Amino acid sequence: MQEINVQYVAELARIRLTEEEETRFGGQLSQILEYVDKLNQLDVEGIDPMTHAVPLVNVTRKDEVQPSLSNELALKNAPASLNGLFKVPKIVE
Amino acid sequence: MDKSIHAFLSINKQGVLDQAEKADREIAEKGLSADRPLLGIPIAIKDVLAEKGAPLTCGSRLLRDFVSPYDATVVTQLKNAGALTFGRLNMDEFAMGSSTENSSVGPTCNPWDYSRIPGGSSGGSAASVVADECIASLGSDTGGSIRQPASLCGCVGLKPTYGRVSRYGLVAFASSLDQVGCNTKTVSDAATMLGVISGYDKRDSTSVPRSVPEYSAALQSSIKGMKIGLPKEYFVEGMQPEVASSIRQAVEKLEELGAEIVEVSLPHTEYAVACYYIIATAEASTNLARFDGIRYGYRVDGKNPFELYCATRGSGFGEEVKRRIILGTYVLSSGYYDAYYLKAQKVRSLIAGDFTKVFETVDALVTPTSPTTAWKLGEKMDDPLQMYLSDVCTLSSNLAGNCGISIPCGFTDNPTLPIGLQLLGPPFSEETLLKIAGDFEQATDWHCRKPVINNAGA
Repeated sequence: MQEINVQYVAELARIRLTEEEETRFGGQLSQILEYVDKLNQLDVEGIDPMTHAVPLVNVTRKDEVQPSLSNELALKNAPASLNGLFKVPKIVE
Repeated sequence: MDKSIHAFLSINKQGVLDQAEKADREIAEKGLSADRPLLGIPIAIKDVLAEKGAPLTCGSRLLRDFVSPYDATVVTQLKNAGALTFGRLNMDEFAMGSSTENSSVGPTCNPWDYSRIPGGSSGGSAASVVADECIASLGSDTGGSIRQPASLCGCVGLKPTYGRVSRYGLVAFASSLDQVGCNTKTVSDAATMLGVISGYDKRDSTSVPRSVPEYSAALQSSIKGMKIGLPKEYFVEGMQPEVASSIRQAVEKLEELGAEIVEVSLPHTEYAVACYYIIATAEASTNLARFDGIRYGYRVDGKNPFELYCATRGSGFGEEVKRRIILGTYVLSSGYYDAYYLKAQKVRSLIAGDFTKVFETVDALVTPTSPTTAWKLGEKMDDPLQMYLSDVCTLSSNLAGNCGISIPCGFTDNPTLPIGLQLLGPPFSEETLLKIAGDFEQATDWHCRKPVINNAGA
C-alpha cells in the first residue's frame, strides 16, 4: 500500500494538522492513492498530456493602464493593514 | 421557509425589495423587452461568485467575513438582464464535495426528504429552485456540481461548454475544469439563462470568442432523426436498479419522439474518477495557495509568516479542503509529478479522445446523471473515496470540456426521490442538448412534481 508522509506534505502545503487529522488523512489518502494506481493499467506511451480543454493559444492583450480597485477597496478585506499597506509579521530579524 | 432546507447563506432583503420596486416601475413605464429577459425575476447565486457588496464565503470559515469588491461577469450579465439578485447559496467549501455537507455552516437538506443530502457542491443552488425559493440560480460545475444536485433534487442543471461562460469573478477550484452554469425549473428557463450568461469576456483568457446563438429558438424544433448514443460504460456496477430502469424508460421515450438510439462505447470511462481526482486536487492546491491570511480572509497570527500561514490554513480550511490540498500537493511534488500528475494529464487526453470519436457518429449521449438517488446525511462522510465515486457519470465531461444537462426523468417510490437523466454533447452543442431536453420535458410531467415543504422548519 502506498504510504504518504502526511506531515511533510502538509508542511509543503502550509497547513497545520492535528495529530488526529494526520493519522486519519494518512489512512484515507493511502486508500485514494491505491485507487488511482489503476491508471498504471493504461499504456500512455506517445500520448500527449492534455492541460486544457479549449484550443486557445497565446491569448494576449495590450499592456495598457486601466482603472482597477482603489487602495481602500483593496484593503477592505485585509485582516490587518497599516498606512495603506497590508500588515504582516516581522520577516527579517 | 429556508429553515427546513438551509439553502441560503445570506439574503439581502432590503436590496431585493428596492430592486423589485425599480423593476415594477420599469415594467409600468416601458413594458417588457427582449433585451431584459430577466426583468424582475429573483435569481439566487452560489456563494462562489463575486457580487459587489455581498458576502462571498465559499462556504468556508476562512472567508466568513469577506465582502466582494466587484461583480463577476455573470452577475453583471444577470443585472443587465434585469434580474433581482438577492441571496447567496450554500455549497461544499470551495465547491469541493458531492453533498453540501462540507459547508462550514452546516449542510443544505434535500427538499424531498430533509434527512438526505441535496447533492453538491451546488446543493443550495438546486434545493432553492426546487423549494420555490427562487426562479433560477447560478452554480458552478467542476466535476458535476450543477448536474448531480439537479438530479438528486429534481430540477434542470446545465453545465455549459468550457469557455462558453466567463469565469471572471468565480473563485477558482480547478481552473481547467470549472464552468459556471444554472439550475432552473424548466428547460426553457435554462435556455433563457444560458443566453444571458454566455459570451466572450476579455477578462477571462479561457473564454472563447464565439457568437451566442438564440438558445430559446432551439426549443422550437424537434429531435426527429437525431442520433443519440447510449454509452454502455455509464451503467456502472452498483447502480441503483430504479435509476437504471428510469433511464431505460427515458431512452424509450426519446426513441418514441423520433430519435435514433445507438449503443456506443467510451472505453476509458473507468479511469475518469482517478484521473479527475489527481488533476482537480493538483489545480486546487495551487489555486488555494492564495488563501494565506495576508491580503484577505481570516488570519491566525504566528511569530513568523510560516507559522501564520500554517495556523491560518490549518484552522480556516475544513477537512475535505485540507485533504484535497494535501493530495494535490503530493501529486505535484518532486518525485511523484510524472507518476501521478503527468500520467493523469495523458489519461485525460484518452478520455477526451473517446468523446471526440463518439461524437463523430452521434449528436449527443444519454446517461444517468448519478448512479443513485439522494443518500442520507452523514452516510459517506467518513469515506471520501465512496463520495468521489458518486461523481462517476458527470466528471468525464469536465475533463473533456464538453457540455451537459441534467433533467428530471423519474422518481423512486418509497421514499419519493427524484432521478436525473443526463445529456452530453460535444463542445458548443448546447442548442442540441436543449432541444432534446425540451422535447423530453414536453412529453413527460416529471418536472411538474413538487415536494411538500414544511414551513415550520425541521
